[in-house]
Amino acid sequence: MTQDTSEILIDCRNVWKVFGERADDAIAAIRTRGAGKREVLRDFNCVVGVADASFQIRKGEIFCIMGLSGSGKSTLVRLLNRLIEPSLGEISIRGRNISQMNRKDLRSLRAHEIGMVFQSVALIPGRTVLDNAAFGLEVQGVGKAERHRIALDALARVGLSDWANHLPKQLSGGMQQRVGLARAIASDPGIILMDEPFSALDPLIRRQLQDEFRQLTKSLGKSAVFITHDLDEAMRIGDRIAIMKDGMMIQIGTAEEIVLHPADAYVAEFVAGISRLHLVKAHSLMLPLTDYAGPVEKLARTSPEADVQALIDLVLAAPEQAVAIAEGETLLGVVTARTLLQGIRGEEAVEKAQ
Amino acid sequence: MSDPLFSPGTLIAAGLDWLNTNGHGVFALIGGAAEAVLDGAETALRLPPAWAFIGGVTALALWAFGWRMALLAALSLGLCLASGLWKQGMQTIALVTVSVLASVMLAFPLGLLAARRPRLERALRPVLDIMQTVPPWVYLIPAVMIFSLGKVPALIATVVYGIPPMLRITTLAFKEVPHELVELGQASGATPMQVLTKLEIPAARKTLLVGLNQTILLSLAMVVLAGLVGGGGLGAEVTRGLTRMEMGLGLRAGLSIVAVAIFLDRMSRRVLE
Repeated sequence: MTQDTSEILIDCRNVWKVFGERADDAIAAIRTRGAGKREVLRDFNCVVGVADASFQIRKGEIFCIMGLSGSGKSTLVRLLNRLIEPSLGEISIRGRNISQMNRKDLRSLRAHEIGMVFQSVALIPGRTVLDNAAFGLEVQGVGKAERHRIALDALARVGLSDWANHLPKQLSGGMQQRVGLARAIASDPGIILMDEPFSALDPLIRRQLQDEFRQLTKSLGKSAVFITHDLDEAMRIGDRIAIMKDGMMIQIGTAEEIVLHPADAYVAEFVAGISRLHLVKAHSLMLPLTDYAGPVEKLARTSPEADVQALIDLVLAAPEQAVAIAEGETLLGVVTARTLLQGIRGEEAVEKAQ
Repeated sequence: MSDPLFSPGTLIAAGLDWLNTNGHGVFALIGGAAEAVLDGAETALRLPPAWAFIGGVTALALWAFGWRMALLAALSLGLCLASGLWKQGMQTIALVTVSVLASVMLAFPLGLLAARRPRLERALRPVLDIMQTVPPWVYLIPAVMIFSLGKVPALIATVVYGIPPMLRITTLAFKEVPHELVELGQASGATPMQVLTKLEIPAARKTLLVGLNQTILLSLAMVVLAGLVGGGGLGAEVTRGLTRMEMGLGLRAGLSIVAVAIFLDRMSRRVLE
């Protein structure tokens, strides 16, 4: 799923954020003697918001950061456009170190390259939907006619062109968040930061917006950093997912990697409740050909990318209750009813957690 | 009578004496400027004849804000005229307008700064508490000591009296602005000035208007007291009514003050909205 060949837009290296009155001493201790979170809290009474985060986000990628409240995910996303200054480490956007930018360059970066959508939507109450969507352009000094034209275009993309002249309070929560998204894309940034945008919405609307968001981001070729406390949402939207706990990124990987190989008991507990039907693929379930007693040649075939849902249908339809996995003409393995049951139960994950 | 144990007044009086001797030039300048502005405002208000003024304001209110405001303007200004206190009414409107503008000009930036810097807010709080609890009469004493009797000490005392409510409410208004709105501005690449004018002030507007309303009403209350020191206007008439025990005059002047208060408050609100 990751496009390894494409350009790296965001590059975070060993980024720390320490909050507290003695933050400077704490940073020195981290830098010189490698002090950890606990030591920092004990010795300096400072709270570590983000600890040693390193990751890269490529062009066109949707990167989800999942964590519970207090895990540091909202701090982390604000480090990316320097709404919060990092204490230590380096953050580069398109190869430019943002810590070294002066105010003017930073404003230009925020105006042109990084859009942001907030949990509370943050629409301006007294302005129409159109003027809200045009806010970023207005700040940049784009003329009225031009910015209205672009904003109307952005509103059309989120299906709200009929609402341009209404006030935010006349819109439902889901529609308001669409305006927030339109405002972010109106400036045509390469990167969109989404800070728990759908958390306050009804489940049905939320799923609808998740799908729309993914589709829109992909069709526009944008990269996105999407913050959420909901693992289902992260799996639905993200190309890759980072799981945060106590300021640390404890695992980064695709949904399938995280479900099948949770890094520790904490992640395992999280993924235990996740439906595996669409996440687990044949290539991670299949038995070696040698473990299958019957004649493999007779079995129906499918690709290694088939998910559990598709495999169940095939296995149920086959008299042998098994299906062969093949890449082109080469047979790779076999999925039986038994392996499917194990796959759904997530034996591997459960064992690892215990 | 024995000397009291606690007497800050003796210190302050000495300080004021020192200021009077050494700062005379500065105070003369402030006094002169205040008097000039005040006289200018008063002259402008009294330039047209009363009926023309009322008609003009009413027509303007009708055109800009609709018939309710027009009716309000006609009734309140008409009451001043009918009470035979037109000149005094205009003097009071001039005094209040100038002093409220000065109060706001001083209190708004300070209040905004206090909203940004918690330390400044903490330092200002006891000062504001004292300013708001000391009986307003007390303001008049140092004002008169420095600027002697007349309109100028009345104006200065009113300005000082109007600062605390505006300052407090300005601080509150800006602290109440949702943080994410400010973050939105920053994340959109807005300059601090753009964040202030495009996001913070509109979001704080309702609360700021409450502050303005409080300042206008308190300034009017002070203007009445200022009648005691020769501030002129409706306040002087109230004082006259009191000292001569003339119920009719006191009542007419009092009702005119109410009319002026309502007129200024509603008008300023609509203009700023």
